[in-house]
Amino acid sequence: MIHQNMQNCTTLKIQSMTNEQLIEKLSAAYPDAVIKQGNQYPEITVSFDKLHAFMQNIKSDSPLAFDYLVCQSGVDYPAHIQVVYHLESTTHQHFLVVKVNTENRETPALDTVTDIWPTAEFHEREIYDLLGIKFNNHPDLRRLFLDDTWGFPLRKDFKDDIHVVER
Amino acid sequence: MAEIIEKIVTTDEIKTDEYLVNMGPQHPSTHGVLRLLLKLEGEIVHNVEPHIGYIHSGIEKMTEALSYTQIPHLTDRMDYLSSHMNNEAVSLLVENALQVEVPERVKYIRTIFDELQRLASHQLWWCASGMDLGALTAFFYGLRDREDILDIFEETCGARLTLNYSVPGGVMFDIHPNFQRRVKAFVTKFRKTLPEYDKLLTGNIIFQNRTKGVGILTKEDAIAYGVTGPTGRASGFSCDVRKHHPYSAYPYIKFDEKVGTGGDSFMRWKLRMDEMWESLNIIEQLIDNIPEGDYAVKMKGVIKLPEGEYYQRVETARGEFGVYVVSDGKKNPYRVKFRSPGFSNLFAINHIAKGWKIADLVAIMATFDLVIPDIDR
Repeated sequence: MIHQNMQNCTTLKIQSMTNEQLIEKLSAAYPDAVIKQGNQYPEITVSFDKLHAFMQNIKSDSPLAFDYLVCQSGVDYPAHIQVVYHLESTTHQHFLVVKVNTENRETPALDTVTDIWPTAEFHEREIYDLLGIKFNNHPDLRRLFLDDTWGFPLRKDFKDDIHVVER
Repeated sequence: MAEIIEKIVTTDEIKTDEYLVNMGPQHPSTHGVLRLLLKLEGEIVHNVEPHIGYIHSGIEKMTEALSYTQIPHLTDRMDYLSSHMNNEAVSLLVENALQVEVPERVKYIRTIFDELQRLASHQLWWCASGMDLGALTAFFYGLRDREDILDIFEETCGARLTLNYSVPGGVMFDIHPNFQRRVKAFVTKFRKTLPEYDKLLTGNIIFQNRTKGVGILTKEDAIAYGVTGPTGRASGFSCDVRKHHPYSAYPYIKFDEKVGTGGDSFMRWKLRMDEMWESLNIIEQLIDNIPEGDYAVKMKGVIKLPEGEYYQRVETARGEFGVYVVSDGKKNPYRVKFRSPGFSNLFAINHIAKGWKIADLVAIMATFDLVIPDIDR
């Protein structure tokens, strides 16, 4: 019993490329990256040594123009730590998830993207604080929330008898 | 003596040294435990370094041991002024992942609650930032009117601040029989009160002098720093999730996305005032048309999301709130990340406050509308 006049009045901003076209364009330009359609958004996995150049390209390339870093998160997997970038283009309205795995879990390090998106400076400090990934060339890599006595609490092998309740 | 004075006047040889001052964590204008380390030369701000983490509660870690029905109850402790929107984000994420279609009634109720909460949040922002800028009267006006909304919330869901109302599958209880009548009465009343807000502050010349042209955030910087919500829109960054990625009942209604130009403190102020009018419009379109039906669908006792990754964005009163969940198919998520609007917004302050005086920094902070638990999580 929806009010009849109120059906779908919203005018959506239209993506200038569909997700399929975006995937096609990316796989032509970056043949060695793994690209697939995720649950909602196209996902691309790039290798850690090509990360910075790749990010620089997808921001400056005008048909892509990913100028807005929505969210940057770190995920701890058994073999590696992954950093996930949610990117959006404010001109073309398309969305992309970029994933990059660190080389190992012992000395995880990645290149910073602070020079590309300034907002990454603090997302990266948060990831360093909670997961212990070192970001090369970061202007000010310090802990953000916790003091220096802590380990890296978002890692799966983090043990703390006082603060973490095992269920 | 005269020589020394002449030397001071004619040359700039005698300079004030730069020095560091802590603003907060107990400063009233930081609205919570936020410490800003200011580098000052006299009264001029040269650098603002936010120090956060005083109330870091590790919600992301806690969620790894909780089920999907428990997680929404933690999210309203983050941005406590947008608690319903935060609850809704997790609810929508679970529903979308399981492809559960909620009844139309739920969508309408959620959207009305969203907008009521946005109004309550903007009222508190309005009165508190009035107080920051030296107008104490505003504080009493704002809190008085906010009480009406909180009473409506209390009647339906028992809570006034941390609502816990939206759960995966619907809402926790049906709306109270008085709900529609009281909301309509509130909208009528607030349409008369809102012009008073403008009379009290917006048109005030002292207030305008303190905010116009102060702390300009350009559109490019807003995008680069990920500044969303009314703060980003005041700079011309069209980022309203309700408009671009509509959820709940937003696809059914007509409303304008308010986008400003200039991006100074006064524009940020003006934009939130305009948003309050828009919220009233949205509520009026929905309140008489709430469809009959169930207020929730039956979900499984133990919710397990299929293996994969999910991202859900909603528009809170402060900007874009995102939930990123990595599921390994178990009853607890593998990893949850909350993209909170305040976190990104806060760090743009250093960029725009340089060169302004401390009092202007207070005006900038006031119009950024920060909620500290939202930043610390």
